[in-house]
Amino acid sequence: MVTQAETIDSPEGRKLLSLWETAPGLYGWLASVDHKSIGIRYLCTAFFFLIIGGIEALVMRVQLAQPDLKVLSPDAYNQLFSMHGTTMMFLYALPMLSGFSNYLWPLMLGSRDMAFPRLNALSYWVFLLAGIFLYVSFPIGQAPNGGWFAYVPNTSLPYDPGINMDVYALGLIFLGVSTVVGSANFIVTLLRCRAPGMSVNRLPIIVWGTFTASAANLLAVPAVSLACAMLWLDRRYGTHFFEVSGGGQPLLWQHLFWIFGHPWVYALVLPAMGIVSDALPVFCRRPLVGYTLVAISTVATMILGFGVWVHHMFATGLPVMSLSFFSAASFVIAVPSAIGVFCWIATIWTGKLQFKTPFLFFAGFVMLFVIGGVSGFMTASVALDWQLTDSYFIVAHLHYVLLGINVFPVVGGIYYWFPKMSGKMLDERLGRWTFWTMFIGFNVAFFPMHVTGLMGMPRRVYTYPAEMGVGWLNLISSIGAFVFAIGVLLFLINIAKGLKSGAPAGNNPWDAPTLEWATTSPPPVYNFATIPQVASRYPLWEDRLKESDERSIIGDLARDGMVLDKGKETIGVTPLDAEPNVVLKMPGDSILPFLLALGMTALFFGLLAHVIWLTALGVVCEIVILALWLTPKPHVAEEEVEVYE
Amino acid sequence: MNEIARREILPVGGVDTVSTAWWGMACLIATEAILFVYLIFSYVYLGSQQAGPWPPSGPPSLKLAIPNTVILIASSFLLGWGVLPFKRRHDKRRLVLALAGTIGLGAIFITIQGFEWASKPFVFSTNAYTSAFFILTGVHMAHVAVGVLILIMLLIWTLMGRFDGPHHEHLPLGALYWHFVDVVWLAVFTTAYLVPQFK
Repeated sequence: MVTQAETIDSPEGRKLLSLWETAPGLYGWLASVDHKSIGIRYLCTAFFFLIIGGIEALVMRVQLAQPDLKVLSPDAYNQLFSMHGTTMMFLYALPMLSGFSNYLWPLMLGSRDMAFPRLNALSYWVFLLAGIFLYVSFPIGQAPNGGWFAYVPNTSLPYDPGINMDVYALGLIFLGVSTVVGSANFIVTLLRCRAPGMSVNRLPIIVWGTFTASAANLLAVPAVSLACAMLWLDRRYGTHFFEVSGGGQPLLWQHLFWIFGHPWVYALVLPAMGIVSDALPVFCRRPLVGYTLVAISTVATMILGFGVWVHHMFATGLPVMSLSFFSAASFVIAVPSAIGVFCWIATIWTGKLQFKTPFLFFAGFVMLFVIGGVSGFMTASVALDWQLTDSYFIVAHLHYVLLGINVFPVVGGIYYWFPKMSGKMLDERLGRWTFWTMFIGFNVAFFPMHVTGLMGMPRRVYTYPAEMGVGWLNLISSIGAFVFAIGVLLFLINIAKGLKSGAPAGNNPWDAPTLEWATTSPPPVYNFATIPQVASRYPLWEDRLKESDERSIIGDLARDGMVLDKGKETIGVTPLDAEPNVVLKMPGDSILPFLLALGMTALFFGLLAHVIWLTALGVVCEIVILALWLTPKPHVAEEEVEVYE
Repeated sequence: MNEIARREILPVGGVDTVSTAWWGMACLIATEAILFVYLIFSYVYLGSQQAGPWPPSGPPSLKLAIPNTVILIASSFLLGWGVLPFKRRHDKRRLVLALAGTIGLGAIFITIQGFEWASKPFVFSTNAYTSAFFILTGVHMAHVAVGVLILIMLLIWTLMGRFDGPHHEHLPLGALYWHFVDVVWLAVFTTAYLVPQFK
């Protein structure tokens, strides 16, 4: 049998490398369309924003540690909590998951890249530049200050005259471009760019999660982009969308924002749950219990997720009929979530457990999800929500949900896939310390907030009087926040140590079942020397599970499968059954995505600063670059594909 | 090293739903369509919350809007007349005629719409109705403009001979976008022009 290394060194391997390799130097760095480098860039940038948002949180926790502190002015506090929320929700949580999916999808699906590699690069550059845009007014003390959901009229011009909310409104429209093109790319990649035989009932769950989230983003993001456009027009061009004296409606903002906002919350958690559904079973040494149920509840959660947005608006004076409907829908959504939880518990229960670091993070996630889910279930009740809304109880709930379901699976996922990405293992002992520090710190920080909220402390207020009696609870929360931050620091140290001197990982250090573990660590730029042929849900466990006599062909090792080396190309398949039906020519390095993102930046800065020529320049750039991008290139009509067996 | 077991002939790039570009365009149209759903929702929501009449200035005049609608719909048929048979018979002259004609009709639509806007007794910032009216028709007009730009590029590429070979997927995809823009106009026209007539 031919080994992986021999494949890479063989003439065939070198040919593929010359076809797929990114150019060296700065040009190559700016022009790369390789899904693996884009994925890692996404992960690093999103983690950087996590640290920024985390530091903002720590500064707020210092201010809140005791009653009547004056560390921050009320205005500075407003900007910090707004930027903390905006950063975490928009610049960390989804981009982080996009990073995982960008890196993993083609490897898991047995393809060589995403459907639209240049669009993938565009999505990253726009994310990066929009992230910078959102922070551009931070140094001059004019950062967005109306909370991450920016309710009018608090954010309308008379009450917030600076450029703060203009940055927010334009920044979110800008970032929305990244989200939408990224989502479209995921959708088409799933439907068309898989290995033959990778039918929909064999997809890893993270693929289901990201696909569902992407479909939702495609339908939800335009709502917030429109709302932001209206906010900006109201503020700068005197329109009356939200302004009552001209017949506008403040509640229109809330409707549009939460029609987007609630599906968005699910987009932040479903791919992360997918990480758990795929990686947790590896440490239980068995397939996931209830694969089909988990896949269906992933989709069901999202469909229901479009019908619950009003539960963010229970206290706005809407008719009782409407409240009842949305309350009921919010209760129902607990069902698919609970199905997931029971499947994970059953997987752990019936498995032979290996208590490695990723397992700890995934098991910790299950517990935090249950706590966050129960507090969510409580607030689905209108009567209870009227007592709890805008209090620290909600702060506790949303952090249990978002850190529990996003941050813990993400860190666990990095422990799990870091060996694949870097070829090196992370330190196991330090990993356990990381987990326990983060887990204890998190619970110490956020569990007391349930009580703080029940005792009546409102959220988003920069300080509180000593007579409220919540000083000691806030002190505990502040201590917990710093312990959690130490956990994140330990994690970063582990990454640095791993990159420098981690033990070599080998192809499949966890003995995992999915396709990405069949390639070398790190994978060659073309992923698979030949296109794999997938015969089951767990291609690398087939000899053990013995579900059928069929065996998958794992691309590289023995050079079985489709060759596809007549150019930079991969295979396209039918959407459901994954029958190969087209050869897809993949674009080489391209600077256009970067330039397009720069043009867009000029456009948005022009709008922000009311510089017409800059906006016009941006628009002209966009048109020229898009025309170049889409120029039809001559190529053959059909091609002969050789299949080795 | 293993033996070549079999050879398959597969299309490269593919046409219609076999190509990935078609699915990309479907995603673009889906997200744009939902944008118009939100625009219409905003318009209707603001209208439903008014104490007084909606529109406050009385129903908009149909004098220019109806002929304009006819022009836009006609442009879709003209484009289809040129693009649809191109796959089978490479009738380049007919294609160029159709593209140029559609661009012309699109430009006329934009011009007439511009005149209609200018003749309104109110501006963008007058009240909630005018804001909702102009953002709805304005976003649509921006889409018409983008559609015209796409058609101009298709015309240039056709004249450059870029579609003389076996691949001309750009044409049906560009046409699809144009048809989408026209269908959306029917929804916009119904919401902002027709419905107010019946109050």
